[in-house]
Amino acid sequence: MTITEDRPSDAATPEIGRSRARKEDQRLITGRTRWTDNIQLPGMLHLAMVRSPFAHATVTAINTDEARKAPGVVGVITGADIKDVQGAVANAWPLNGEQKTPNHLPVVVDHVACAGEIVAVVAARTAAEARDAAELVDVDYDELPAVLDLKEAVKDEVLAHPDLGTNTSAVWTLDSAAQGSGTDVEDEIAAARSDGVVIEREFRQQRLIPAFMEPRSTVCDPTGEQMTVWSSTQVPHILRFLVAATTGIPESKVRIIAPDVGGGFGGKLQTTPEEFATIAVARRLGKPCKYTETRSESLLSGHHGRDQWQKLTLSARKDGTVTGLKVELLADLGAYVGVVGGGVPVLGAWMFNSIYKFAAYHFTVRTLLTNKTWVDAYRGAGRPEATFAIERMMDELAAELGRDPLEVREQNWITHGEFPFTTVAGMTYDSGNYEAATAKAKELFGYDELRAEQKHRRESNDPVQLGIGISTFTEMCGLAPSRILGALNYGAGGWESASIRMLATGKVEVLTGVSPHGQGHETAWSQIVADRLGVPFEDVEVLHGDTQISSKGMDTYGSRSLVVGAEAVVRAADKVIEKAKVVAAHLLEASVDDIEFTGGRFGVKGTDKGVTMPEVALATWTGHNLPDGVEPSLDADATFDPDNFSFPHGTHLCAMEVDTETGATTMRKYVCVDDIGNIINPLIVEGQVHGGLVQGIAQALWEGAEYDDQGTLVTGSFVDYTLPTSADTISFVTDHTTSPSTYTTLGTKGVGEAGAIASTPAVVNAIVDAVRAFGVDDILMPCTPERVWKAIQKGRSVPGEGERDAQPHFDEGVPNQDPGAATEGSQA
Amino acid sequence: MIPAQFDYLAPTSVADAVAALAEHGDEAKVLAGGQSLLPILRMRLNAPGVVIDLGRIPELQGVSEDGDHLVIGAMTTYAAVLASEAVTTHAALLSKAIATVADPQIRHRGTVGGALVHADPAGDVGAPALALGAELVIAGADGSTRTVAAEDFFEDLFATAVGEGELLTQIRIPKHTGWGAHYEKFVRVSHQWSIVGVAATVRSEGGSIAEARVGLTNMGSTPLRARSVEEALVGQPATDEAVRAAVASVNDGTNPPSDLNGDSDYRKHLATVLTRRAVLAAAGA
Repeated sequence: MTITEDRPSDAATPEIGRSRARKEDQRLITGRTRWTDNIQLPGMLHLAMVRSPFAHATVTAINTDEARKAPGVVGVITGADIKDVQGAVANAWPLNGEQKTPNHLPVVVDHVACAGEIVAVVAARTAAEARDAAELVDVDYDELPAVLDLKEAVKDEVLAHPDLGTNTSAVWTLDSAAQGSGTDVEDEIAAARSDGVVIEREFRQQRLIPAFMEPRSTVCDPTGEQMTVWSSTQVPHILRFLVAATTGIPESKVRIIAPDVGGGFGGKLQTTPEEFATIAVARRLGKPCKYTETRSESLLSGHHGRDQWQKLTLSARKDGTVTGLKVELLADLGAYVGVVGGGVPVLGAWMFNSIYKFAAYHFTVRTLLTNKTWVDAYRGAGRPEATFAIERMMDELAAELGRDPLEVREQNWITHGEFPFTTVAGMTYDSGNYEAATAKAKELFGYDELRAEQKHRRESNDPVQLGIGISTFTEMCGLAPSRILGALNYGAGGWESASIRMLATGKVEVLTGVSPHGQGHETAWSQIVADRLGVPFEDVEVLHGDTQISSKGMDTYGSRSLVVGAEAVVRAADKVIEKAKVVAAHLLEASVDDIEFTGGRFGVKGTDKGVTMPEVALATWTGHNLPDGVEPSLDADATFDPDNFSFPHGTHLCAMEVDTETGATTMRKYVCVDDIGNIINPLIVEGQVHGGLVQGIAQALWEGAEYDDQGTLVTGSFVDYTLPTSADTISFVTDHTTSPSTYTTLGTKGVGEAGAIASTPAVVNAIVDAVRAFGVDDILMPCTPERVWKAIQKGRSVPGEGERDAQPHFDEGVPNQDPGAATEGSQA
Repeated sequence: MIPAQFDYLAPTSVADAVAALAEHGDEAKVLAGGQSLLPILRMRLNAPGVVIDLGRIPELQGVSEDGDHLVIGAMTTYAAVLASEAVTTHAALLSKAIATVADPQIRHRGTVGGALVHADPAGDVGAPALALGAELVIAGADGSTRTVAAEDFFEDLFATAVGEGELLTQIRIPKHTGWGAHYEKFVRVSHQWSIVGVAATVRSEGGSIAEARVGLTNMGSTPLRARSVEEALVGQPATDEAVRAAVASVNDGTNPPSDLNGDSDYRKHLATVLTRRAVLAAAGA
């Protein structure tokens, strides 16, 4: 048999670039696979959590007597029972040495800092018995005043954690003058105030809930020499490290398995109270235990995302050239600093300036603790917030100048000839072509025709107005160069690991340190390895998510898997080839220097002699005929630490119709042209882009986590947390331009978050554009029909445009108040 | 999530179901399609001792005609109503409203009678039932039945004329053959409960509106009928201007809720816009 028989009919057709249907889809879509909740172990107990209904309280007494007597109950465990062994939910990224980081116990001992915190765990023979008994646990609370609003939290009048003495966790600043990457932003703003344009706006990034499809679930088997934990997590390797680091269990005794995981969007990059509680209870009772959350628990207790007030000041010359950008953020961390926590807004620090050539830039974030669910990474993590703000500001600048917003962007962006380009924030963008992406997007969109229709609708006073929104975004992917993470005080590296095992039968096992939860890594990695080693796609098996199999890794988040993880795979494959070449030369009785490797075959230059990779693998396995001193193994490991981030970009254009009678908005057209570098599998990319777009559009239009004034999550079910379905979205037009990343072999840039990062401002810009003629210059997200309609009413009630102040201004010295608030309320 | 434990009864006749209700009284909850009750049980917002499932009672199923009335069994699913040509022909408004309920999965489980007795003011069946002048047949102890007009059926939030020990068995709808109909439902996402809904059905004669019926969804603690609008529409041409004037009084007697989807005043504004649109669409304008 020769391997070429299994190749596509045209053996020269590379796997990379093919729209392969995903290997994993049959089992994922049918559900006939191992999800954590499907796991049943002999003697396994089921856990139910008793959670605090109060946002801020002291636990004064817990009576477990009735619960203990309930049928099937094996144990009722409180925080006090396990306080020395339960470990802690860790923050891996303190922004600086002064950061206030409240101790985060998985099961609280006495202080509850947000509703939904676990106060006791019931273990029973069945899940139903555990749930029944949980209702019998009687907890006495002394309620404490809760701080629930970000702007209230700044005042430090009510404290989320009274022992800390303040709600401010950390303040972190990046300043172009201070770091030498640009001029002083205050000088630029002052100059523009006297002879230029200054735009001042405050935007709200509402709180979102990741709402992954599979609720979180953990099984812990404490029996045997090694403790095994299955968990629906994005981060098995980080979980293993933190379990060891915070419980004292030796790392070598901990095996974490992330079996098939049903989505995460960042929501599963946390090490969770539920995981630690399950481990602690299983160890205490000496029995395997399983905990699976309900959807209600998931919405309440899984970490939330976004939640910022963004105060921006942008200065420009009268000709539209931008000069300075000042960003002041208040970021709500909720009750605790999550694993990345305060680092999420900091990830946006290099992105507010985006693709534009500001001379000066200043970024400050104040992270704040409140008595709400903790906040951490959610699809895009810091970059969507930044992209939203700058893309809204560029539209506001264009409106102020009375110019086309695309034209103002083009005037200010980094031109194709200027790459590589070091930005005012200090990042070096290696490649990009904003002109090409924008030209393609404009054509696909029918930009000029839609502008003409918009004009017609305005002139005819059509009750349905049309708006066009633009987002020429960039982002940073491929987290992350370890040295940069070290400089930022992050607690780990950003490298990624891979191993390739060449089996005797010609099959190939690829071990990857990234941890897919729906992305399609098995398919993409198979395509990459098939091309690299010249073996059939089907013969590549990708193994992941088990710390005993792929023992090293930094897991999956931050669009890093393909950029960093697959580069490690490529490098491991190249090592295999180098090792195999030696064996092949020996088998072919030729010099290693004369061996050429193409299409899976080692040939001798100038002859027709050759052996295939599987033949070399078999010969190596038998070990019968190897050169002296050569080990009988082709297997290889590689660890890749990137030198830089990658910088995908794109131009997104959105047309929204606004029914001015009701405020209802309808998407008319959405075009995006993304430059994500080289593409491995166009079908997977298409899926990532569509899903990302919907999530970003949902932030603009539908989603928002809302609390009442007692700190109860009002949007605690999908009745009130309005996730869209396919019935609410249109068919998107997607396309690509390609500027490969310059520092990886594959030239890929990452696409997991692009859609979610880019689409939100495109939608809001379109809605504001549709109703700007009514005197509207902002609408809070989600842009509900009510908010849109009220913005129109309010705009209509103020004097005509010519009589309005040209620009609203922030009052001197007042932090974060909105001079141009067009809509009601400042509450989250 | 797992409901608290309950006993389950599945009677096969209305008589048996009523007997079971009599036996278990307050302890019992009636299960129709389960699209509201099951989430309530699973979230442990209610924990009845007994659940009486009406799903195995053939006499509660299906649509039939009885002279100038349609008769819809209380356990007829939304999907079955949608598939009924008799309903499309004689009570088009009900079809159009039901077509907007949630999603196909829910429409295949949820029942018209269950929705009416659950009496969520944001549900989409109450307003068309009111507008069409439906009569609700209620079975009580010892084989007794009584008939209640839709206007007397809805008493308050989640409260109807169906008393303790009683069951809704039939919805009788006077045929509105040849009437134009439209249900204008306003939502943010497609599977949502109505923020506001307007059910309008109109009989046109010689280019103007001869008769009109208008029901409102989620504009108070019960579905409401906009009688002043109905009266003002009589004799009017189906023009934007005439209808706009006729619907101006739509908020007489409304008391809509305020929530994340909109405050009370916004809902009142929506009611005027949506009523105009519903009437114009029903009149084929």
